[in-house]
Amino acid sequence: MAESDNIVVETAEKIFADLADPQTINNDKKNSWQAPLWQALSEAGLPLSWVPDDLGGSGASLADGFALLNAAGRFAVSVPLAETMLAGWLLAQAKIASPEGEMTVLPASPKDRITLDADGSLSGRSRGVPFAKAAKHFAVLAHGKDGVSIALLDAAKARIETGLNVGYDHSDTVTLDKVQPVTLKAAPKGFDQTTMLLMGGVARSLQIAGALESMLDISVRYSNERVAFEKKISKFQAVQHNLARLAGESAAALAAATSAADAIANAKAFDDEVYLEAASAKIRCAEAAEKGGAIAHQVHGAIGFTLEHILHRYSLRALAWRDDFGSESYWAVELGKLVANRGADELWPLVASR
Amino acid sequence: MTAALRFDPIRLPEKCEQLRKEVRAFLAEEIAAGTFDPHKPNREDTDAPEFSRRVGAKGWLGMTWPKKYGGQERSFLERYVVTEEMRVANAPTRRFFVADRQSGPVLIKYAPEHIKMEILPRICRGEICFAIGMSEPNSGSDLFAAKTRATKTDGGYLINGTKIWTSSAHIADYMIAIFRTSQPTKENRRHGLTQFLVKMKQPGIQVNPIGQITGQYEFNEVVFTDFFVPDDHVLGEVDGAWKQATSELAYERSGPERFLETYYVLTELVRAVGPNPDTRSAEGIGRLVAQLHTMRRMSVSVAGMLEAGKEPVVEASIVKDIGTVWEQQLPHRVRDLAAFVEETATNRETLERQLDFAIKTAPKLTIQGGTTEVLRGIIARGLGLR
Repeated sequence: MAESDNIVVETAEKIFADLADPQTINNDKKNSWQAPLWQALSEAGLPLSWVPDDLGGSGASLADGFALLNAAGRFAVSVPLAETMLAGWLLAQAKIASPEGEMTVLPASPKDRITLDADGSLSGRSRGVPFAKAAKHFAVLAHGKDGVSIALLDAAKARIETGLNVGYDHSDTVTLDKVQPVTLKAAPKGFDQTTMLLMGGVARSLQIAGALESMLDISVRYSNERVAFEKKISKFQAVQHNLARLAGESAAALAAATSAADAIANAKAFDDEVYLEAASAKIRCAEAAEKGGAIAHQVHGAIGFTLEHILHRYSLRALAWRDDFGSESYWAVELGKLVANRGADELWPLVASR
Repeated sequence: MTAALRFDPIRLPEKCEQLRKEVRAFLAEEIAAGTFDPHKPNREDTDAPEFSRRVGAKGWLGMTWPKKYGGQERSFLERYVVTEEMRVANAPTRRFFVADRQSGPVLIKYAPEHIKMEILPRICRGEICFAIGMSEPNSGSDLFAAKTRATKTDGGYLINGTKIWTSSAHIADYMIAIFRTSQPTKENRRHGLTQFLVKMKQPGIQVNPIGQITGQYEFNEVVFTDFFVPDDHVLGEVDGAWKQATSELAYERSGPERFLETYYVLTELVRAVGPNPDTRSAEGIGRLVAQLHTMRRMSVSVAGMLEAGKEPVVEASIVKDIGTVWEQQLPHRVRDLAAFVEETATNRETLERQLDFAIKTAPKLTIQGGTTEVLRGIIARGLGLR
């Protein structure tokens, strides 16, 4: 998944560079850049990358879509690109066509559950839903007495309490009270909330890895410019070793995330091996967001702590993304249970399965 | 272009999985026959000459080398599988792993043809053991401060001086060492060192064992007194070892042995907590497994880069930095997580014995084969900071 060998990523990077330059959008207090960016992304068919042509999307491969999310992470764009992609992907699982416009998915946390009532309506509460306020439609995974269903919902029919995550992006609480969906179909056999959350977790992992790539870049650049004690701070061994650790965290995050993306893109089913890949990616990327982000800030000193500097666009968003679709603590417990349940002598065969 | 290093998600090809089955079956037979106990990483008999020969007979030593030297011309990914399975099983690889990993490749690159024909097939058969003579009493990480002298004489060189911390020197048949053939120059302080092949177990070489804090005697002081090395044992360019030393590092630093050295305590922890762990144990195990999985994927990726003919020195340094810090912390994390394990856990004694050894082993992991500080210096150079 090299960064510029596919047309989807090239297109996206050009749009981001033109319309989401980090310094420009950081200076724009009214967020007037968001609408033109979203329009350009939509015209290029990127938000519906994972939706087949016959369901209204642009039918890109899973691999290309994952690479696109990694690029979006490098620019830390705060528009619902990942969310709309995930929503389109979820709807496509049940052969539901995607509408135009912004979407998001719910539930976004393993603690929440949406239920399908006998009358075909949906009820339940979902917390920490990214960009719910901006979405025109929701893709919902619901539990009914006959199993799991996937539904397309008009966002206007839900009650939304707005909130912000630590990255200053919308993270809202969505309450459904007997809402009739636009379309509702049974989920394919074996598809459940865990599958959806793992997919969301891998999307966030790729975004975190991308943000860390950018944090490394701007930290290296800054250390080569900033002079203290009469030399560039990049010449101090303590700073060099910190940046080497940041490079390691960035590399580990990228390796874990791209490996999980590759596993999903080539998987026949969400088996234990894919579970290991996806859960590990979310756990390791979240850890890297904490450790790597701290180093990026340390290198920048006070200027990196200001709103006027772009560093926080990456560092805070990477921290915020840890919380979506199950935190690293959640997935660590689940992965630990899986490993314990398989037994000690089955751990190595699982790790060495690919 | 970003400064970030990419580790592409290499998957092991199907033939590797067949090979893995063969290696596991072989190791199971060896364990059943009593060659070694996989639960005892701290056994005394880490040197197992007969086992070494049987591994050689399987064709698992020098796997990637040309057939004319006894190799198999198989891929780095296949070698990777053999290495990781041996390591996870705690197999006694001491006799052959240095020769297989780095001494053989150095000989292939720099030794005269007749030396290659003589020695490489014997490595492949598991007959001979190699040591590496780098550190000296006053030069460790600062390799180019080495002082042991090789003085030109008729038909070869006379060696005088001392190497130290030399693993396996007490059992080694050969050593690949660097000796000083000239003084460094003002322009290049790395100039003046030459790489040599040294035949051990001869007069003029004295090997003195050094006790380690684990209670083992694996490394040594090696004293050379007017020891003669013939001209055809010079490896590569006279005075130019500094050009040769770095390219090998990717082989040495990225392998599965760089994060699996204390792996056994994780297996025993999983056994001790049983199938229904409490939340604390589950989370701890989950994080450790996620970290392990990530490092292995990075390490496999580097094997793929080597297979593609690249020299991923910086990537390998990252794997070793993260990997050795992890395997160093692992016994302490496992100790934390095992604190509330039931007294009745069937493997409690095994786990405690293993932890005792792993905790004593831990300090060396971030020192041997390139310290953490040296590695971070290499990574920093890769980032353009030096």
